[in-house]
Amino acid sequence: MRQLELSILDILTEDSRTPVSQIATMLGKSTSEIADTIKRLEQQRIILKYPALINWERVDVEEVEAMIEVCVTPQRGEGYDAIAEQIYRFEEVNSVYLISGPYDLLVNMKGRTMRQLAMFVAEKLSTIDHVTSTATHFVLRKYKNQGVIMEETKTDSRQKVTP
Amino acid sequence: MNYENVLCRRVAQVPPSGIRKFFDIVNEMDDVISLGVGEPDFKTPWSYTDAAIYALRSGRTHYTSNWGLIELRREIARYQAERFGPEYNPENEILVTVGASEGIDLAVRALVEPGDEVLVPDPSYVSYMPCVTFAGGVCVPIPTDMDHGFKLTPEALRAAITPRSKTLILPYPNNPTGGVMTAEDFEAIAAVLRDTNIVVIHDEIYAELTYGGVRHVSFAAIPGMWERTITLNGFSKAFAMTGWRLGYACGPRELMAILCRIHQYTMLCAPIASQCAGVEALRNGFDTDFADVRRMVDAYDRRRRMLVQGFREAGLACHEPLGAFYVFPSVQSTGLNSEEFCERLLYEHRVAAVPGTAFGARGEGHVRCSAAASNAEIMQAIDRVKEFMDTLRA
Repeated sequence: MRQLELSILDILTEDSRTPVSQIATMLGKSTSEIADTIKRLEQQRIILKYPALINWERVDVEEVEAMIEVCVTPQRGEGYDAIAEQIYRFEEVNSVYLISGPYDLLVNMKGRTMRQLAMFVAEKLSTIDHVTSTATHFVLRKYKNQGVIMEETKTDSRQKVTP
Repeated sequence: MNYENVLCRRVAQVPPSGIRKFFDIVNEMDDVISLGVGEPDFKTPWSYTDAAIYALRSGRTHYTSNWGLIELRREIARYQAERFGPEYNPENEILVTVGASEGIDLAVRALVEPGDEVLVPDPSYVSYMPCVTFAGGVCVPIPTDMDHGFKLTPEALRAAITPRSKTLILPYPNNPTGGVMTAEDFEAIAAVLRDTNIVVIHDEIYAELTYGGVRHVSFAAIPGMWERTITLNGFSKAFAMTGWRLGYACGPRELMAILCRIHQYTMLCAPIASQCAGVEALRNGFDTDFADVRRMVDAYDRRRRMLVQGFREAGLACHEPLGAFYVFPSVQSTGLNSEEFCERLLYEHRVAAVPGTAFGARGEGHVRCSAAASNAEIMQAIDRVKEFMDTLRA
């Protein structure tokens, strides 16, 4: 990937609302070159979405989140993909990662109550063919997410004018 | 008691830094966006801080060798050689100092006899002139200008040299101008110096912070110049470690022995926790190809472009800085001098910048704006500068 594309992705990862004109200035390129490149990155499905990072703990809603370890028996010719698909098709599921180590898939999901999540695991997840076991871990607190420390306020402790 | 009679006149006559006045005003005001800060806005990367905490918890709370921890000096030797070329023996050619600032003072005091002349490009960092005066020397400013990218030219240097010239301070990449010197530029300076006994103090504290494909050149790397150069560097700017006060001086052992002698009787050693953090900063750098440094340099690079374009759009001439993290636009077209411009910008539009005159007489007509501020702050500051320029034109 070209340096320009990497730089654009870096800037958008930090702040997806950065205007195209500002990105152009920051990288010393024309606005149209930046706009075209972003469009291409979207078409190539490299940029998928421009979401906000939200600290839901500060939002007054009942919600629980869980990380679920899933052990599966991979299928001939399909490996893990078919089982993963059976899991990620559920709207309740936030993310599904294939990972190394003692279990195979790490599933992240959210629900309104612990009971609701537990029932989902018991009835939907563990009953899928080739799923051999699950272990559900409820998230109690998020300290850091996507590189952001959740409860840290940005303070500038520098002197206001220095040589 | 009449204190005027008891204070050393040579020292007391040095005026307080021109920055001080602005600092006092800004501190009293709310809602000011400060482009006046000469230090990184990044926090020190945690692994360096963690190394210092671990050192303290392990009981490393004592003096170190006057020269500094040998493991740190070895890393510095490797760093200077691999990043910039010049080689130094960690045993007796590298002195760990309390910031590069102490290095300036040590180098000047080691070299300057009363009445000796010290050549300093103008504008430059605020400390050179006072250090020279404290040492009894005479500071000789050499003018630099925007048309030549604020480089020191061989012609200007030659014109400033007299039989009393002892030392040339080379502050590149330059604070406040962002000017840099290429190998070719330095060759031309070296050609002027070859027939003299002038010793060069190369303050390369901004060595890592260069842009637009420019790589920093150490003056000591120019053929024949190693023997006459004291190189000053430190961790403040590139590694975001200003408050740790950690720097170093490198040079021929005969010179470094004297710098170390002053240091041994005045400072003893740099704080040990800071030295341990410095070891981690360099080892981590070698392991990661200096990823922390690159991340910060990329950010400064983008912000400096925003500032340059913003000032140009506002109608101010602005040279593109290729080093450090400042832009130094000219405000001459407004008819205001540096100080008036900065005062009105501050009082009327709540943006703090530093008048160029704080860095020498040749800074008149310019203001220094730091790129060590967030993108949002820079964008907002530029909007306010544009408003200010509109009111000036109205």
